[in-house]
Amino acid sequence: MTAARTPDVDSGNAVELIDLRRSFGSAVALDGLTMDIARGELVALLGPSGCGKTTALRALAGLEDLDGGRVVVHGRDVTHLPANKRDMGMVFQAYSLFPHLSALENVGYGLRLATRRVPAARRRARARELLELVGLAEQANRFPHQLSGGQQQRVALARALAINPAVLLLDEPLSALDAKVRAQLRDEIRRIQTEVGATTLFVTHDQEEALGIADRVGVMRAGRLEQLAPPVLLYDRPATAFVAEFVGQTNPVPGTVADGHIAVLGGRLPVVPGSVTTGAAVALVRPEWLRVRPDPEGAWRVAAVSFLGADCRVQVAGPDGARLTASVPGESAAVLPLGAAVDVTVSPRPVFARPV
Amino acid sequence: MVAVTGPRHRGSWGTRVWRWTVLALIGGYLLLPLIAMADFSTRLPDGARTVEPWQTITTYPDLVSGIITSLELAVLSVLGVLVLLVPTMIWVHLRLPLLRRPLEVLCLLLLTIPAIVLVVGMAPIYRWVTYLFGDSPLTLTFVYVVLVLPYAYRAIDASLRSVDVKTIAEAARTLGASWPRTIVEVLVPNIRIGIASAAVISIALVLGEFTIASLLNFETLQVVINLLGKRDAQVSVAVSLAALLFAFVLLVALPTGESRPRPPDDGPGPAPQGGIA
Repeated sequence: MTAARTPDVDSGNAVELIDLRRSFGSAVALDGLTMDIARGELVALLGPSGCGKTTALRALAGLEDLDGGRVVVHGRDVTHLPANKRDMGMVFQAYSLFPHLSALENVGYGLRLATRRVPAARRRARARELLELVGLAEQANRFPHQLSGGQQQRVALARALAINPAVLLLDEPLSALDAKVRAQLRDEIRRIQTEVGATTLFVTHDQEEALGIADRVGVMRAGRLEQLAPPVLLYDRPATAFVAEFVGQTNPVPGTVADGHIAVLGGRLPVVPGSVTTGAAVALVRPEWLRVRPDPEGAWRVAAVSFLGADCRVQVAGPDGARLTASVPGESAAVLPLGAAVDVTVSPRPVFARPV
Repeated sequence: MVAVTGPRHRGSWGTRVWRWTVLALIGGYLLLPLIAMADFSTRLPDGARTVEPWQTITTYPDLVSGIITSLELAVLSVLGVLVLLVPTMIWVHLRLPLLRRPLEVLCLLLLTIPAIVLVVGMAPIYRWVTYLFGDSPLTLTFVYVVLVLPYAYRAIDASLRSVDVKTIAEAARTLGASWPRTIVEVLVPNIRIGIASAAVISIALVLGEFTIASLLNFETLQVVINLLGKRDAQVSVAVSLAALLFAFVLLVALPTGESRPRPPDDGPGPAPQGGIA
């Protein structure tokens, strides 16, 4: 497991999850999960359905009992503390506003519990401030059923932040929203998180969301953490074949590893740590590292072209039935008609080489 | 901006006539006995009108005590069934979902048991109840709580299913609310319509219950009306009609929810509750 740290977060861990274990019957949700979150850091947990990422978040929130392991928050062991004593703010995947309270009352609810000695007027003022922070001051008196999905999640975010939580937990908060609202709210969450400096754990199955928002991204598989690293590192230096294949797209290209390099497509690419060290292997090559050029003598043929805006995805078929997907600039696709003979080369970027 | 209203689907002339005919038939079927009761309770033998039977209701001491007993029983039964059911059902919904079906079967089982069978079964138990709690008619509360259980269960269950109880409870918990606070401040207000329905149905049932009270020899409203009917049929019918009208008023007062404006459309709607992910 790689656990590189971005340089702009404070030292000292806000959260430590140590060897967490949890099973539901025969299904293992957490299998010795160990990770940490620094103060003010936003860590995203990414993984396929059933990998245990939501269970990990719920265990941190105190909403899930553990079979084993420890949860430490700001140096205090909270493993056996109930959810209401853990000081966590949480935004749920499902809309979770209290239907009988207005947006302002929802935001003020946690404040009321946390600061009973503070006069009601001051609590209301604080709740209004938070609604302003999420851009919903005008909707303060509306009830949840009068708000759109995006607005509800914004109020839920304000409500979670209102108690000034030790950790902010976001459990796929954008998954019920339309793509446009999702992207907008994602940026807003990042802005607010940075503004208030909240230590945050964000769970998602959307890798674009995770890579776009987090200081570090943890990729989970079968209850274990495969890699926890900043997004760039995760993408460029995957620690395992699963991470390489799960995050972004890859082309499996057979080759031979020797002296820390793998020979594929006429080039020699350095292999990242954790790869096969010698002999036959499969290089996991990103589409954007492939170069496709028209060449009447080329051994590859253009099989399909998909226009994606700035870029195009070009599928090429090799003589032995091999297929590769390359990402090329939009204007280059014009010279790559279907069936055209092309030459495929690869940039000498480090790749993960998995066993055949 | 021009307000645009959609077409109103009132149906064809024939459909409307059909609807009104059905409504009139059902309305007549339900109203005719009530009109007949009102007529009977206000008619003198010579055909003239009188309100005397209605005025004399309060002069029958047994009747007044029967009314008070029934009202007390209604209040106690409602309190009993709500205190028993609301926390239990919330807990089962939240923490013991596997027990939902057994709980439902247990609560609805009573619908399959005729009242007379219930009384036969209850009689030996009531000997102990009388021994322990005295022979007050209010001890009927125990059996009435059981009697109203299926109806109260259905009303509360429907309400619980209409709210994402698990998520809002978890949200309250993470905000620092204890379990009692979560139930009282967050969950109960959101199932208040179910609770109100359960209360109204329970009151209506208790006020109208005759078999059990009669067989266990307690003088509730219905038992007194029955006895009175043998002495003065007009007063008996007047009291019955008054009891029915009281139940109708309760039903009309039943909160039926608010009309909710449509939210702005920027999301496909609430996501289903996530499991392990």
